[in-house]
Formats: sequence, structure tokens, C-alpha cells
Amino acid sequence: MEKKKTSLLSLFISFAKIGAFTFGGGYAMLPMLERECVNNHGWTTREELLDYFAIGQCTPGVIAVNTATFIGSKIAGILGGAAATLGVITPSIIIILIIAMLLNNFADNPHVINAFSGIRVAVAVLIINAIIRIIKQNVKDWTGIIIAALSFILVAALGISPVFAVIGAGLYGLVFGIVSNRNNKGKEDVK
Amino acid sequence: MILLILFYEFFKTGLFSVGGGLSAIPFFSEMADKYDWLTHEMLADIIAIAESTPGPICVNMATYAGYVAAGIPGALVATLSVVMPSFLIIIIISKVLEKYRKSMLVDSTFKGIRPASAGLIAAAGWSVVRVAIFAANDNFALFGGEYGVDWNFDWRMLVLFAGLLAVTNIKPFKKLHPIVFIAFAALFGIAIGLI
Repeated sequence: MEKKKTSLLSLFISFAKIGAFTFGGGYAMLPMLERECVNNHGWTTREELLDYFAIGQCTPGVIAVNTATFIGSKIAGILGGAAATLGVITPSIIIILIIAMLLNNFADNPHVINAFSGIRVAVAVLIINAIIRIIKQNVKDWTGIIIAALSFILVAALGISPVFAVIGAGLYGLVFGIVSNRNNKGKEDVK
Repeated sequence: MILLILFYEFFKTGLFSVGGGLSAIPFFSEMADKYDWLTHEMLADIIAIAESTPGPICVNMATYAGYVAAGIPGALVATLSVVMPSFLIIIIISKVLEKYRKSMLVDSTFKGIRPASAGLIAAAGWSVVRVAIFAANDNFALFGGEYGVDWNFDWRMLVLFAGLLAVTNIKPFKKLHPIVFIAFAALFGIAIGLI
């Protein structure tokens, strides 16, 4: 019981940190997620993070919340999902309320605009580093390289919805898995 | 009454916007057409603020629009309503996944999806890089056509980019918290503006 309470609290705190330090939404969360959930707490692996992002791409809603709910519920059930979700949205609520009440022209302030042109560059660098780590761990053979390159081109160059890339790759994996499983079974029968 | 309307509108937004952040904007735009507490000018401001503050963009927008409509209770109702569909759907999916995780079919499906997912994240990363280096002064650059992308290449941002890319991969700095680099880049941006 005590342990469960601790994990709910540490889920809330970790995801509040992620929410507070993520600039630019969704994918910008990746470096922070990696640091908090993979490196610091070992709640999840980079492979699972990829799965969560893939599912988040194809299901409705806020990707940050989808990922938070996934990790939270994996660690501590529905309550864990709720703790992580509330954690990731709490900084937003506080910061936006302060701005809405006090700083109406926040986004027009030249210092804010200039700070953000810098922040976007830092976010880009952090995402690139995270992407390189993820590709190193998850794209290991030629088929993987082809699937990753195709998905990149479909979405970045042709503007096709990521949903199709995920469904296509999933079908490929499914068929490939069934076929190679059959082959293995066949070999065992021969033995 | 207004809280019920907010619940309905934001739950709908959370339920039907697939693919995160910016896909929710058409729903906000529809609200601006329908209700007198939100105008299109306000919406433009809300998008700008949601993008320039930490946290999920869609959540930021919901909090702000909810506050505009009905104060702090409105902000809370709108925010919780926009995340509720995500929460419920993922709870269901994660229960199902947990049950079938060990199944060969689910496992091989995910083995196929993982490289695709890496490619998709790289595509998202590319759009971030494009905006960061080529349209450094444009708050609305992410939205393309509607608000106009300003392709003003800024070499100082390229210097910052190269510098940070090098530093974040060098041993003693590698382990620093990401917020350190973000804070440094923010100061760099402000300093450039002052020169």
C-alpha cells in the first residue's frame, strides 16, 4: 500500500516535470520522457515508448496524455494512469491561468518571441539526439531501414497521414510473423 | 450551463482530433463560429500562447479557452474534458495489450510498427528543425498555409543549432538536464534580439 502511494506520487511528480519542461507539445516531450521514464525510473523501455507513440498517432486525443496514461497504467493501474495524466496537465493549467489572468499580451512581447526562437532550436537539437538513440535501438536490419525510410518519406515529403504508415507496417509485421512462424514449425516437424 | 457546453465541446475535441496538437485547431475554430465567448482573433492569440508555453499544446489551448468562457471553473472543466477521451481510450487499449502482449501476433505486429514509428518521429523532428532554423521569427510557422510560413533563414540560429548539437553530444555536458540547454537557448534568443 505504502509502495503504491509512493509510485502514484512519483508518477505525478515525474509527469509534472515532463509537462513543465516540454516546449512545443507532443514530440518535444520525447527527450524528457526518455530521461524521466527510461533512464531515471526504468518504468519503460525505448521500444515501448515507440509503441506508445505509434498507438498515440492512430488513436484520438492528446499524444502527451496518451503516453502518460500508458506509462502510468502500466506502473500502477488506472490510478497510475490518472496520476500521470493529472501530472502532465497540471503545469499547463497553472501557467496558462497565470498568463490568462495577468499577462494578456504575453505572446506579443518581443523578448518572449526572441526567447522562443532560441528555445525552438534547443528543442530541435534535443529531439534529433533522441531520434538518433531511438533509431539505433530499433532499426536494426535492412527491412527496418526501408520501413523507417518509407514512413519518413510518406509523412514528411508527401504529407500522408501517419495512420497509414503505422497500419501498413503493422500488417507487414503480422504477415511476416505468421509466415516465419509457419516456416519454423515446418522445420520442427521435419526434425 | 456554460460548463456543460464546455464539457461537450472539449470532450468532442479530444475525441475526434487524431494525431495530436494542431489537429485540434479546426474544432476550436468551429467553437469561435458558434459561441460569442470565443472569437477568431482570440483564437489566434490562444494558439500563439499555447505554443509559447510549456506543456501539451492542445491542453494549453483548452485551459485558456475554458478560462475565457467561464473563469477558473471553465478552465478546469475544459482541460479535464479534452484529456478524458485520451485517458479512457488508452486505459482500454492498455488493458487489452496487457492481455495479449505475449501473443505472437501482437508481438510481430509491433515488431513491424517500431521502425515505422521511428520514421514518423523523425518526420516530426524534421518539421521541428525546419521551423527552428528556417522560420525562427515566425510564431505561426507550424501551421503552413493558413498563417503563412516565413522562410527567413537565420544564420545565427544555425550557429546555435550546430553549437548545441555538438555540446549535447560531448561527455561532461551530455548528462545535463535538457532544461539547461533550453534555458541557454532562450537567453541566446533574447540576447540576439537586444543586439
